[in-house]
Amino acid sequence: MSDTTQSGPVLAADGTPLKRSLHRALRIQKLRALMLIAPLLAFVLLTFIVPIGQMLFRSVENDIVANTLPKTVIALQDWDAASGQAPDEAVFAALAADLYVASNEKTHTRVGSRLNYETPGISSLFRKAGRKAKKWDVENDGPFKEQFIKIDDGWADPDVWRTIQTYSPKYTNGYFLNAADMQKGADGAEIRPESERIYITLFKRTLIMSLIITGACIVLAYPVAWILANLPSAKANLLMILVLLPFWTSLLVRTSAWKVMLQQQGVINDTLVWLGLVADDARLVMINNQLGTIIAMTHILLPFMILPMYSVMQTINPSYLRAAKSMGATNWTAFWRVYFPLSVPGIGAGSILVFILAIGYYITPELVGGTKGVFISNRIAFHISTSLNWGLAAALGTILLAVVLILYWAYDKIVGIDNVKLG
Amino acid sequence: MKAKLTAFAVTTALVAPAAIAEEMTIVSWGGAYSKSQQLAYHEPYTAKTGITIINDDSSAEAVAKIRAMNEAGNVTWDVVDVVASDAMRLCDEGLAEELDHDAVLAAAPDGTPASEDFGDLIVSDCFVPQIVYSTTFGYRTDMVGDTPPTSVCDIFDLEKYPGKRSLQKRPIDNMEWALYCDGVAKEDIYDVLGTPEGVERGLAKLDTIKDSVVWWTAGAETPQLLADGEVVMGSTFNGRLFSAIAEQNQPIGMLWDMQSFDLDGWIIPAGLSEERKQRALDYLYFATDTQRLADQAKYISYGPARKSSAPLVGKHASLGIDMAPHMPTDPANAGNVHIYDYEWWADNRDDLDAKFQAWLAK
Repeated sequence: MSDTTQSGPVLAADGTPLKRSLHRALRIQKLRALMLIAPLLAFVLLTFIVPIGQMLFRSVENDIVANTLPKTVIALQDWDAASGQAPDEAVFAALAADLYVASNEKTHTRVGSRLNYETPGISSLFRKAGRKAKKWDVENDGPFKEQFIKIDDGWADPDVWRTIQTYSPKYTNGYFLNAADMQKGADGAEIRPESERIYITLFKRTLIMSLIITGACIVLAYPVAWILANLPSAKANLLMILVLLPFWTSLLVRTSAWKVMLQQQGVINDTLVWLGLVADDARLVMINNQLGTIIAMTHILLPFMILPMYSVMQTINPSYLRAAKSMGATNWTAFWRVYFPLSVPGIGAGSILVFILAIGYYITPELVGGTKGVFISNRIAFHISTSLNWGLAAALGTILLAVVLILYWAYDKIVGIDNVKLG
Repeated sequence: MKAKLTAFAVTTALVAPAAIAEEMTIVSWGGAYSKSQQLAYHEPYTAKTGITIINDDSSAEAVAKIRAMNEAGNVTWDVVDVVASDAMRLCDEGLAEELDHDAVLAAAPDGTPASEDFGDLIVSDCFVPQIVYSTTFGYRTDMVGDTPPTSVCDIFDLEKYPGKRSLQKRPIDNMEWALYCDGVAKEDIYDVLGTPEGVERGLAKLDTIKDSVVWWTAGAETPQLLADGEVVMGSTFNGRLFSAIAEQNQPIGMLWDMQSFDLDGWIIPAGLSEERKQRALDYLYFATDTQRLADQAKYISYGPARKSSAPLVGKHASLGIDMAPHMPTDPANAGNVHIYDYEWWADNRDDLDAKFQAWLAK
């Protein structure tokens, strides 16, 4: 002990150990930095991360059944779904008691529409039974089994009870199974019948078409960006406005303009017919299919590719090309071995931007995509605003987010995220 | 500081109710439809009570938005115009206020209570019907030769009427028409559609024209496609076709056969303060009485939902033509109608929609 006090810690001018004093100074600095970014952090957290997290959480949340029908859920635990019989009076009595409470609080129809996502018909079972249950005297009006079946013989269907039993836990993987074209069958997860499979197809289509759109953007944007970067600045600015002008126009206007251009009685077809290149009765079908989506979205997303490419190309010193040529390279070799590798970071940045924007697009595919050119986001929008199946929408959204993150990770591994530059 | 805050709180508390009392937000579909409501309901109501009405054209996303507002505990809408099936959905989810129709709505001029005057059109406890509209077909008069289509089944006849047709991108109505044209009797349609074989049969019938269909999602698309000559016939809401024909003089004819009746009306979102709820009810009492409903038909060709309003329907406000023959409910048009089964669709919509979308994607 005495040894340590003798060698002692180094002291600062005010007598506190230097180490501690340094710590305090650093802490104050860190705190100040944190205070500076605190407003932004709080803003992002409150308006972005928390709501998205809450929305994603809905993909597994399922407490509505257990909360609305607590007694039924417990009574139903002992029922064997494989028996092929509706449960006995005890379960029906529990349901009567739950429905009495729920219908007076008007929550019975809500659980009905939740379960209806899984088995069609349950919505009206609950709606009808709730109307009667509201007036029941739960103690004395039994037995209930017959009364339920009299209201609607759907209550005798073991499938209805199996659905209630399967979806009684507070958390479920049902939405994710549904999002992968599967369902909870009698013996666990199973593939849906072919007539109901859609989501895997849509995920694949979304990815493939987004890749095609990204590819088309690279091919179209590269020469434009090159010209922009190599013209004298007065002319380049003029051209830049031409690139940005459509960018400032409303998305809907641009999409509708493509309708006018591409439809069978549209500008392009009319011109081709007038030139005699296409017969009047064999006009080209360029809209309401995948081609329509690809053309319109490539046009709409093009500025997102041109701008990062342009800003990277601007930093490439033209003397490199001249140096290559002076050493005997042909135009092509000079471009391919010297210029192109230097412009790759711009392509990378543009591709990530365009691909991620494309994968989440829904207005343009909805308007020009017909049936074969719509994306997964169109289904997500449908489940959010029309079917109100937010759990399924959240599951689809979570999968889409995971796919994007995985692709980003793969991109980082293959190309390296340091190789991406916006300027 | 604290005193300042209290003072601020007191002033807002004093100011806020007064501000609320002077305005209410009414949500509807926008376009010509909102305009007809503005002229027939909102302006007279403002003149009578001094309450300013703010229009919000969000009805297409109303169900999702009301649910989000309800979860956030901040409902900013007072009265919302929705189609009947959405009203049922909102009522099922506990997001709309249940109403006692006879207690809160005006009786007919002859004293008939509201519930009888509206009759079967009250399809949900939360719903106050306003208009009857129909989803029906229009065709290009110059593209069908001398034999214009007279039956809904002509939609499926590619030999007689070659060319594209536009249908709404959803199973509702299309499945019923398909089965009807495949030989199912009208009264059996929902029984057949309730079986897996029936669904397959309907989709197989639609398969016969699948390559010639342009699928629409917004009501304005079909009139535009018809005007451009992109399609030879297509389904849409009858009011849209009326305005293309009567107001824009397009070469379009109406095909009323098997028109699908549907309803549009008001709901009051759940979770309003008592004061706002009373104000919303007061508006509904005014806006859904016999005369007001008949007035709306001056501006748009949708049938008033009250029986007692029908005899009062007059002429178009600017064109001066008789509106009665353009109503879906007119006897000449309503010879063969399809009555949409709300309860059935509420049960089967999700399931059938999945199958329909899978079929579309194939």
